[in-house]
Amino acid sequence: MAEPMGFYTDTTVCIGCKACEVACKEWNQLPSTNGGLNTLSGDSYDNTRQLDGIHWRHVKFIEQFTEDRKDGRWLLMSDVCKHCVQAPCLEVCPTGAITRTEFDTVVIQSDTCNGCRDCISACPFGVIEVNPASGTAQKCTLCYDRLQAGMEPACSKACPTQSIQFGKISDLRNRAQKRVEQLQQAGEKRAYLYGADEKVLGGLNSFYLLVDKPEVYGLPPDPKMPTRNLAAASWFHLLGAVLVGLMGVINFRNRGARLDDREERP
Amino acid sequence: MTTYPSSTFFSAPPDWGWLIVLYFFFGGLAGGCYFLAVLIALFGRSEDRPLVRLGYYIAFPCIVISGILLTLDLGRPLRFWHMLIESNTYQPMFKPWSPMSVGSWGLLFFGLFSLLSFLGALAEDDRLRWPAARRLHPPGMLSKVIGVFGGLFAFFVAGYTGVLLAITNRPIWSDTPLLGMLFIVSAASTSAALMILLAHRSRWTMPAIAALHRTGAWVGILEFLVLIAVMISLGPVFRAWLSAWGLLLFFGVILLGMWIPQALYWRREWLGDRNPITAAALVLVGGFILRLVIVFSAQGI
Repeated sequence: MAEPMGFYTDTTVCIGCKACEVACKEWNQLPSTNGGLNTLSGDSYDNTRQLDGIHWRHVKFIEQFTEDRKDGRWLLMSDVCKHCVQAPCLEVCPTGAITRTEFDTVVIQSDTCNGCRDCISACPFGVIEVNPASGTAQKCTLCYDRLQAGMEPACSKACPTQSIQFGKISDLRNRAQKRVEQLQQAGEKRAYLYGADEKVLGGLNSFYLLVDKPEVYGLPPDPKMPTRNLAAASWFHLLGAVLVGLMGVINFRNRGARLDDREERP
Repeated sequence: MTTYPSSTFFSAPPDWGWLIVLYFFFGGLAGGCYFLAVLIALFGRSEDRPLVRLGYYIAFPCIVISGILLTLDLGRPLRFWHMLIESNTYQPMFKPWSPMSVGSWGLLFFGLFSLLSFLGALAEDDRLRWPAARRLHPPGMLSKVIGVFGGLFAFFVAGYTGVLLAITNRPIWSDTPLLGMLFIVSAASTSAALMILLAHRSRWTMPAIAALHRTGAWVGILEFLVLIAVMISLGPVFRAWLSAWGLLLFFGVILLGMWIPQALYWRREWLGDRNPITAAALVLVGGFILRLVIVFSAQGI
């Protein structure tokens, strides 16, 4: 396998230009919403609203202002599939449509997916959705076709501020750690990396430099694998079966199925 | 800043709608009626056979309906076979840790066993004059073997959907490990209710009818206890049900589908002869609303 590749997104230098969204849409030939008749969301400058089957990149606009709006700040973040090392979507996919590539990225094969949508509910980040044009679940492929051709993904290539950086994960982690130290020395003590280590789903191959709590950016503080419940849920299912079976056996066995005068009276 | 009671609140809803609610209901009835029929067949009396056949007559059509509902719900219905066969290699597709994958195989095998039992019931009723089908009903040993294996798959089909919901990252669904248990117990109560309704319509009076009433009542109490356990296990996520869904859960499931049927069972004098059918109908309605609330409430968050 080639060395793991991914994104490091420094949210402190994102300017909300949405070049990444446009580049992604253009390269991957994703359709526009409502045939191009978009409506304003009323949520800051965010009219894309979310990641879904036709939006594989999404720039979030988070306004943190006082009520009189005299003081505050913008938090901007270009969100994308995290290409988790332990990927919940890949884990549950019943058709084998979701695979891990030689670049350690996670890709949905559209010709195999049958649109069951199990992956959508499994993804703790709300990344995956059905593309209405294909009827299959879709998300960022980290430009797998471009990577195979030795090219950089379209979004990071288009990013004018290097907020989105592409490269080997090991290099990106070193670069990100230096940036955190730089920001903290400059007084931004809230700077930290989200998903750069193995604590979050074994590591995210698309990780972030943030300056507030993850939930402020719409990221789960403690994402988990869906199979965390498998053993307990299966045992309780079995317990239910045993209890119901026992009740049936007790009531249906010959001496248990005695004529009950309350129930059998005409 | 909004606070979230669980990390599951950042996932997206899969848009499982009415088709899935109906599948959960019919799948529960298919599994429940089958395993009740098998229990009566194994432990009941010979005069209970019509009730056994009734269970098989319900189970097979319900599992066929379930398969149709699941296929229609796919974004690409013609690719339903991708659940069973890997489309690139044509090798069997099986992931033991994915409930949807295991469930697909479970439905297939349960469908086969319930078909065999269905054919056996038809032959026993003399509605199918196919010599081979005679081996599928008593006194042939084959019917017991089919019943036991089919019964195991029936127990699986009746409750795995709750496990499937738990193996997600959606609020409510994945915040409790008890939905599989709740669904299998609910499948038993709704199936007993449906069999009571249909038996009452045919004016049957075999001993297993009384046992079915009793089983339904006991399972109803267990279902209520499991639902309370589900609510407690949700912890802070329970506040998601402090909404219209919570009201529907209380009035539609607990009051209408559990408490009133229990009262009707224990207070026979209330509606007289209409007590059993009223109670059974309410249990069925409650069982449907239970699935509706669980499927939709977790996706509206």
